[in-house]
Amino acid sequence: MSSTTAPDAESPIDQLNLVEAVCDGLYTEMSQNEDVVVLGEDVGKNGGVFRATDGLYEVFGDGRVIDTPLAEAGIVGSAIGLALSGLRPVAEMQFMGFIYPAFDQLVSHAARLRSRSHGQYTVPMVVRAPYGGGIHAPEHHSESKEAFFAHEPGLKVVCPSTPYDAKGLLIASLRDPDPVIFLEPKLIYRAFKEAVPTGSYEVPLSDASVRREGSDISVYTWGAMTRPTLIAADNLADEHGVDAEVVDLRTLSPLDTETIVESFKKTGRAAVVHEAPKTAGLGAEVSSTIQEEALLYQEAPIKRITGFDAPVPLHGVEDYYLPQAVRIQEGILETVGF
Amino acid sequence: MSAQKELDQQDTSSPVPTDEQPVQILDKDGNVRPNATVPDLSDEELVSMYEDIKLARRFDQRAISFQRQGRIATYAPMTGQEGAQVATSYALNDQDWLFPTYREHAAKYVHGVRLASLLKPLRGIREGYAVPDGVNVMPEYIPIATQVPQAMGMAWGHKLQEKTDRAVLCHLGDGATSEGDFHEGLNFAGVFDVPAVFVCNNNQWAISVPRERQTASETIAQKAQAYGIESVRVDGLDPLAVYQVTNEALNKAKNPARDERRPTLIEAVLYRYGAHTTADDPSVYRDGDEADEWKEKDPVDRLQKYLYKEGILDERLEAELDDRIEAKISDAIAEAERAEADPNQIFEYVYDEMPDRLREQQEELNALREKYGDEPFNGVLE
Ligand SMILES: Cc1ncc(C[n+]2csc(CCOP(=O)(O)OP(=O)(O)O)c2C)c(N)n1
Repeated sequence: MSSTTAPDAESPIDQLNLVEAVCDGLYTEMSQNEDVVVLGEDVGKNGGVFRATDGLYEVFGDGRVIDTPLAEAGIVGSAIGLALSGLRPVAEMQFMGFIYPAFDQLVSHAARLRSRSHGQYTVPMVVRAPYGGGIHAPEHHSESKEAFFAHEPGLKVVCPSTPYDAKGLLIASLRDPDPVIFLEPKLIYRAFKEAVPTGSYEVPLSDASVRREGSDISVYTWGAMTRPTLIAADNLADEHGVDAEVVDLRTLSPLDTETIVESFKKTGRAAVVHEAPKTAGLGAEVSSTIQEEALLYQEAPIKRITGFDAPVPLHGVEDYYLPQAVRIQEGILETVGF
Repeated sequence: MSAQKELDQQDTSSPVPTDEQPVQILDKDGNVRPNATVPDLSDEELVSMYEDIKLARRFDQRAISFQRQGRIATYAPMTGQEGAQVATSYALNDQDWLFPTYREHAAKYVHGVRLASLLKPLRGIREGYAVPDGVNVMPEYIPIATQVPQAMGMAWGHKLQEKTDRAVLCHLGDGATSEGDFHEGLNFAGVFDVPAVFVCNNNQWAISVPRERQTASETIAQKAQAYGIESVRVDGLDPLAVYQVTNEALNKAKNPARDERRPTLIEAVLYRYGAHTTADDPSVYRDGDEADEWKEKDPVDRLQKYLYKEGILDERLEAELDDRIEAKISDAIAEAERAEADPNQIFEYVYDEMPDRLREQQEELNALREKYGDEPFNGVLE
């Protein structure tokens, strides 16, 4: 099995959207490592309700792309067992909102089999879940509860914001020795395409990515919110001469505190943008980290621009729930003008 | 043997259904099967049941076409299942409770939810989930099988409070029988012997996963045995049979004989004719002709044939029903389309009393709307 970190410079390139990149990441790794098996609801013949496993069943057969009964605890619990047997399971939760029956398996077992067994047993597995709002889905289909999982020691939580990262982070997750919750922002599953190498490459699970350099404020975000944050940053530069640095965290746990703090030391101001509710969201974690590590650089209160502390509403008013470019801009201006 | 073959075979074989064979009253041509008895429903009730089943089918057609026009969001069609939905709700009394899934539009309507209220959530407006006072219907359950232990719990509560005039009817799909909640709910139901009726609408598919991939049990009904409760299989495309078994189960739940247990699991053997939802394409996973065989036993046609044969229905009355159905649905659509969502609804009803922090969030949003108008809130990625 090859495990290059950077894509081969010669590697051919495809233009892929994010969900195609996820599928390509699965295909690429499954082709190289026959221990990788995909399991979940409708992942086989149907190719996944978002087509994230499209075509894999035809290529790898029903021994490696497995439609299971409708039972998330069963899927994740059995994936733990599959991993213990030596395979590399990738379990799909159809939507993050339906992961809760598996919560016990994830937090009581996947997260801590390594520590419970004093390092003897490990659970290298990936749990993929489309998450987040903005696609006018029915109730329970739009939640973003990454904080539940980031709060659990032993789990890694990953959330790509671009097709290139989606493939590279997924391959890195599939090779990671620990259980990874891989959250796919479904709002941008098909929003745009970019160049994605056809071969194997990893985007390490340890690094945040600076998407836009700036000097006035550091804006931390991830997943689908990266786009409106970048739009807001461009608008602010054009209209207000405010130069925002945008940091895409990519891996939500463990956090890349070094990049977070380094950026803050440069700008002295911070905002965090996420679509999850504000209370006990990851914004609080980022903000506290900055206070602990770089208080003396701080020039303004740290602003959280987030979803509201209310359930994600039905789609009639959903667009008011998610942080929009205007809300992000206002929040940033408030901080910069402090 | 496939469920489809089973129903066919039953049409010609032994008149008395066995435990395993689905109960049937009407054969596919609308004849009363030998030795079967028609439930005690007046002609008016039979016509009204027929009208509601037809209405459900028409509602489905309109909803699917509305979804295609972008006027409503994702919709879960019920064509093929309307007979069972309407018939189970006909067996309910007003004080009985209904725990519906996202597909049980007609079951909710018959138990008192207005048609316009069914459409509003599909337009993204939550107020459609509110039910009129005295209508005992829960909002639809989307996370699979989560309603099962809750329905059990409400039935248990009624039993503990000696409210013996009411039972709880809980719908679920065949896929739901794989979830832990299903097993925990039914196990409790057996242990605490509660007045609940669980109706599994076995439409043969959970999105793309066939019933055989859901469970290795021969039937879904037989699972009840493990929980010490009773079960019955019924031809879910035969509204009279569904009405009868549901009615018996509800009566038993409220008023069991000496050695009888209250809870029942009903397996309604039926079929989802169309897509799982408007976001799904069944041609990817199922064979094209499969639906045609089931359509030969269609609940609308079957009841229609029976009613004509009995002289209860004629063309004049049928035309009257059709006109009324069109009018009811058109009125509901017009009402639902007039409804507007207000962003302030995001903050309503989260708590009995709105916490200060949430109120501040609401004020912040409204200040922004004041300043910039509503335009910048259309779509996150622009
Ligand atoms: C806990 C949970 N997991 C997954 C889903 C996604 N999902 C929605 S409907 C469905 C299939 C349900 O099949 P079944 O219970 O047979 O009911 P049907 O839709 O056929 O009426 C799935 C997997 C969900 N809603 N809830």
